Amino acid sequence: MVIYGVYIVSKSGGLIFNHDHNIPKVENEKTFNYPLDIKLNYENKKVVVSFGQKDGINVGHMLTAVNGSPVIGNELEDGRDVLEILNQQENFPITLKFSRAKMTTNEKIFLASMFYPLFAIASQLSPEPRCSGIEILEADTFRLYCYQTLTGIKFMIVAEPSQLGMEILTKKVYELYADYALKNPFYSLEMPIRCELFETNLQSLLETIEKCGISSI
Amino acid sequence: MSRTGTKLEAKKVNSELFTLTYGALVAQLLKDYENVEEVNKQLDRMGYNMGIRLIEDFLARTGSGRCYDFRDTSEKIQTGFKIYLGITPTITNWSAAGDEFSLYFEANPLTEFVELPDHCLNLKYCNILTGILRGACEMVQMEVACWFVQDQLKNDTITELRVKFIKRLEDAIPAGED
Repeated sequence: MVIYGVYIVSKSGGLIFNHDHNIPKVENEKTFNYPLDIKLNYENKKVVVSFGQKDGINVGHMLTAVNGSPVIGNELEDGRDVLEILNQQENFPITLKFSRAKMTTNEKIFLASMFYPLFAIASQLSPEPRCSGIEILEADTFRLYCYQTLTGIKFMIVAEPSQLGMEILTKKVYELYADYALKNPFYSLEMPIRCELFETNLQSLLETIEKCGISSI
Repeated sequence: MSRTGTKLEAKKVNSELFTLTYGALVAQLLKDYENVEEVNKQLDRMGYNMGIRLIEDFLARTGSGRCYDFRDTSEKIQTGFKIYLGITPTITNWSAAGDEFSLYFEANPLTEFVELPDHCLNLKYCNILTGILRGACEMVQMEVACWFVQDQLKNDTITELRVKFIKRLEDAIPAGED
């Protein structure tokens, strides 16, 4: 039973809140000999595994450290190009650390604004009049639940497909939003929510649900 | 009026505290602006800002759906008064077109200890309510106008708040809601 994250999108489509709840951290460190038996590529400012997966290092994972020193973009701290280092035999054996790429805040904002037209299209495509937009989006590893309020704010929850009762949770989050974000006199509408009380209450709500199930709230 | 924990129950507040706080606000505004008309305007504006936030609380709490008829709206407004002020105004005086109605208040917690001095006869003491209704309705894409027709503070037998539907804010309706 896992809830991966909570997102709130404002009426105009901007991401005003996101909370990563329980994303399992995948990290693998391994020593390699020359020649390297996995293919690495530089894309989107990250060095990622493009082919060849083994020992928990999967395609799509990004390179985070070489011999213990962190990788920034495609360079080490001292400015040497990572891919070049990996091409030179004298640098081997070498220890590489891989982990799953984390979404940056910018990417989240980007994805949230992408969901917005998708939601609108869904409501237009409907064969029946008066269709809500997307309420559940299902994939093999997660389900995204979306609840749009009458005022146009969207509350989204990403959870494991087996997690039940997430529709109720979206409404609970709405209540928390009404209480702890909107009743905070220093919060202005449509702006990103930076309210600690909101965050802590949300956190404890999610934990209760994961521990005791949705019926406990 | 927050819910405690996860229970959907209103926190009980002594209404006198609320009445007095509101009184202090109005008195302060009168002091600051020295002009009754300006105070009326400020109260309305404050109410508007409260309304656009309060509506979310109302929706989250009642789980009520969209109104497709002004009569629905009137009943929901009535529920709102019940939730937030603990009073149930009567809905009457429907216009023939069904786009205007009145709320009759027999008791009004806002004015419980109030009598207007002579120089404030034009003061709309409860004008914050008109702002709240306007702001709240606007957030659910409905433009309304409201104003006080009768006021017990001005020796009318009843307080009457008139609400008029102006238009649906079509542009503002979120996708999947029309």
